[in-house]
Amino acid sequence: MQISDQLTQYLFSGFATGAIYALIGLGFAIIYNATGIINFAQGEFVMLGGMFTVSLITTAGLHPGVAVPCAIILTTVVGILFERLAIRPLKSATPLSLVIITIGGSILIRGIAMLVWDKDTHALPGFSGDEPIEIFGATLMPQHLWIFAVTIVVIGMSKLFFSYTISGKAMRACSYNSRAASLIGIDVRRMVLFSFIISSAMGSLAGIIIAPLTMTSYDVGIMIGIKGFCAAIIGGMSSGFGTVLGGLILGVLESMGAGLVSSGYKDAIAFVILLLILFIRPQGLFKKAETERV
Amino acid sequence: MKRLIAVLIGCMTVLHTGMALAAGTVRIGALFSVTGPASFLGEPEKNTLEMLVKNINEKGGIKGTKIELIIYDTQGDSTKAKQLVNKLIKNDKVVAIIGPSTTGDTMAIIEDVEKAGIPLISCAAGIKITEPVKKWVFKTPANDHLAAEKIFNYMTSKKQKTVALLTVSDAFGSSGREQLKALAKQKGLTVVADEVYGPKDTDMTPQLTKIKGTKPDAIICWGTNPGPAVVTRNVKQLGIKIPLYQSHGVASKKYIALAGADNAEGVLLPAGKLAVYDKLKPSDPQQKVLKEYDKAYRKAYKMEASTFGGYAYDAFLMIAEAVKKGATTPAQIRTNIEQNKKLVGISGVFTMSPTNHNGLDLSAFEMVRIVKGDWELAR
Repeated sequence: MQISDQLTQYLFSGFATGAIYALIGLGFAIIYNATGIINFAQGEFVMLGGMFTVSLITTAGLHPGVAVPCAIILTTVVGILFERLAIRPLKSATPLSLVIITIGGSILIRGIAMLVWDKDTHALPGFSGDEPIEIFGATLMPQHLWIFAVTIVVIGMSKLFFSYTISGKAMRACSYNSRAASLIGIDVRRMVLFSFIISSAMGSLAGIIIAPLTMTSYDVGIMIGIKGFCAAIIGGMSSGFGTVLGGLILGVLESMGAGLVSSGYKDAIAFVILLLILFIRPQGLFKKAETERV
Repeated sequence: MKRLIAVLIGCMTVLHTGMALAAGTVRIGALFSVTGPASFLGEPEKNTLEMLVKNINEKGGIKGTKIELIIYDTQGDSTKAKQLVNKLIKNDKVVAIIGPSTTGDTMAIIEDVEKAGIPLISCAAGIKITEPVKKWVFKTPANDHLAAEKIFNYMTSKKQKTVALLTVSDAFGSSGREQLKALAKQKGLTVVADEVYGPKDTDMTPQLTKIKGTKPDAIICWGTNPGPAVVTRNVKQLGIKIPLYQSHGVASKKYIALAGADNAEGVLLPAGKLAVYDKLKPSDPQQKVLKEYDKAYRKAYKMEASTFGGYAYDAFLMIAEAVKKGATTPAQIRTNIEQNKKLVGISGVFTMSPTNHNGLDLSAFEMVRIVKGDWELAR
C-alpha cells in the first residue's frame, strides 16, 4: 500500500512537471519548424509571461483575469520586436548564427528584466485556491489541473492550426522547404514572424500558469528553457504529440529517478536520456509517426 | 551589460573619491557581488555600507576622520575578485577591505591580502575562511554549524530522534549537509533520509514522498529562496504532518510570502536576531542596534533590512571601532579587530581572539516558529 501510494505520487508529480516541460517544448518546436532555428530565448518568454503578470497584478492592481491576457500581449510584443530587430535584419545568416543570436537575445532580455524588475522571486496566488486534491492516494494542486487543461487545449489548437488553416499549412510548407515555399508565393518572412508570435504567446501562457506553483524571477527562464528544449528533442521537434510525450517522459523519469534511485542524480538522469536520444535516435523517439501523419 | 554596470559603478566611485580626498580620511575598500547569481547577498551589503559611510561622514566622520569608500562588483566571479582586490591594494591603497560576498570569492583573494598585509573582513559564511585562522582574515557571518547545532539542540529538547535531510545542491546546501550529518552523529540523532534538490527545481514532491515513507521525527531543509518555499508548499500539498525545520538562509519575511502564510504555519528555523528584534527581551544586548539598523535601512531604501546587509554592517562597525581608537594603518586596524571583546553587532556579539577570527557563538541565533505569517520565539 505504502509503496504503491508512493509510486502514484511519483507518477503524478512527473506528469505535472512533464506537462510544464511539454508546453515550453512546444514553443521551441514551432519556431524550429517554421525557421529551422532553435530559439534559446524561449525560456525568457516564459519568464516574461510570469513577471508581467506579477507586476500587473501587484503594482498596477489589475484583476488576474485582465492581467493574464495583457501579459500575453506584452510578451508577444517582445517576441515581435525580437524577430524584427534581431532575426529579420540578418538576410542570409546561417541557422547556427541565428541560434547564437537567440542566446544573446536571451541574455539581453534577462538583463533588462533584472533591471526593470528586481532580483527577487515572486509568487502568484493559485487560480483556484491552494487546497490539495487527493486522487488514488496521491495529491495534486488545483493549479496542476489548470496546467493539464491548458496543455491539452494548446495542443489541440496548434494541431487544428497547422492542419486546417492556410497560415498553418504555409508555415509547415516553410519548414519542409522554405525556398520552394517562397516560389509558390508564401511569404516566408511573414511566416517566421508568425512563428515568433505564436511561440512567444505560448511561452508566456506557460509562464503564467506555472507561476503559482513554481514561482517566478528574472532568471527562471534558463533551467526551464533547457528542460523544455529536452522535451522537444525527445519528441523529435514535432509541434504535436511528440513533444508532449517527450515532456511527460522527461518529467516522469525525473520524479521516478529522484524517488526510487537518488535525488542527487535527478538532473543527471534527464540529461543522460537526452544524450542517449541524441546519439541513438537524433530524429527523436516518435519521428516515424510524424512523417506518416504528414 | 554587467560590464557596463561595473564601469558605471567604477565611475561613480571615482567621482566620489575625487570629492572626498581631504586631510584625515581613511580609505576602505569593499568587494561585493552586486550583480550576478549572488546579487541577493551583494546588493544589501553594498546598500548598507554606503548608507553607513554616508551617515558617518555627514556627522563629521569618526572623531573628525572621514571615511572614503571604494566598492567594486565581483559579479560572484573569483577571477574578477582576484583582479579587483589587487586594484584595491595597489592602486587605491586601502587600509582595510570588506567582503567579498561569497565563500568562493573570499578563498580566492585570501592569498593576496595575506601577502599585502591588509585586513579583510569577509561577508561570506564558509567555515574554511577562518578555520584555520589566517592572520589578516576575519569574517562576520556565523558559521553554518552554529545554526545546525541550534536546530539539533531544539530537536533533542523535544525528544525527536530521527531526521530526514533535504538540502540544496549548491555550496550553501552541500556545506550544510556535511555539517548536519556530522553533528547528527555527535548529538546521537539518526539520519534516515538524505535527499537533495537543485537550486532552480520547482517541484520537490518526489523527494518528500520518499522522506514521508521513512517516517522521520523531523525534516530539515537547508537552502536559500526559492527552494525552501517550494518545499514548504509541497509538504502541505502531500499532507505531511512531520515538523519541518528550515535553515537560517530563509530567515526573512520574503520566505513566508513566497511559501504562503498558511503553508509556512508551524515551520521552525534558527534565525539571526535581526528578523525577530521586536520579539526579543528588552534585556537583549543587540536589540537597540538591530532596531536602529532596520529603521535606518527602511528609511534609506524603502525595504526591510536583511541579515546579509548585517554582515557588511558588522564589518564596518569593526573598522569604525578601530579608527575610533586611533588606528590608521592596516596593521593597527588588524590588531584592533582581533582585540574586540563583546562587540555588539547585527549578526551577534563578537568576541575575537588570535585563535578565533569569527567571534560568534550559539547566542547569534534564536529558534523561531512561524505563526500566522509572523515569527514567534520557540521555547
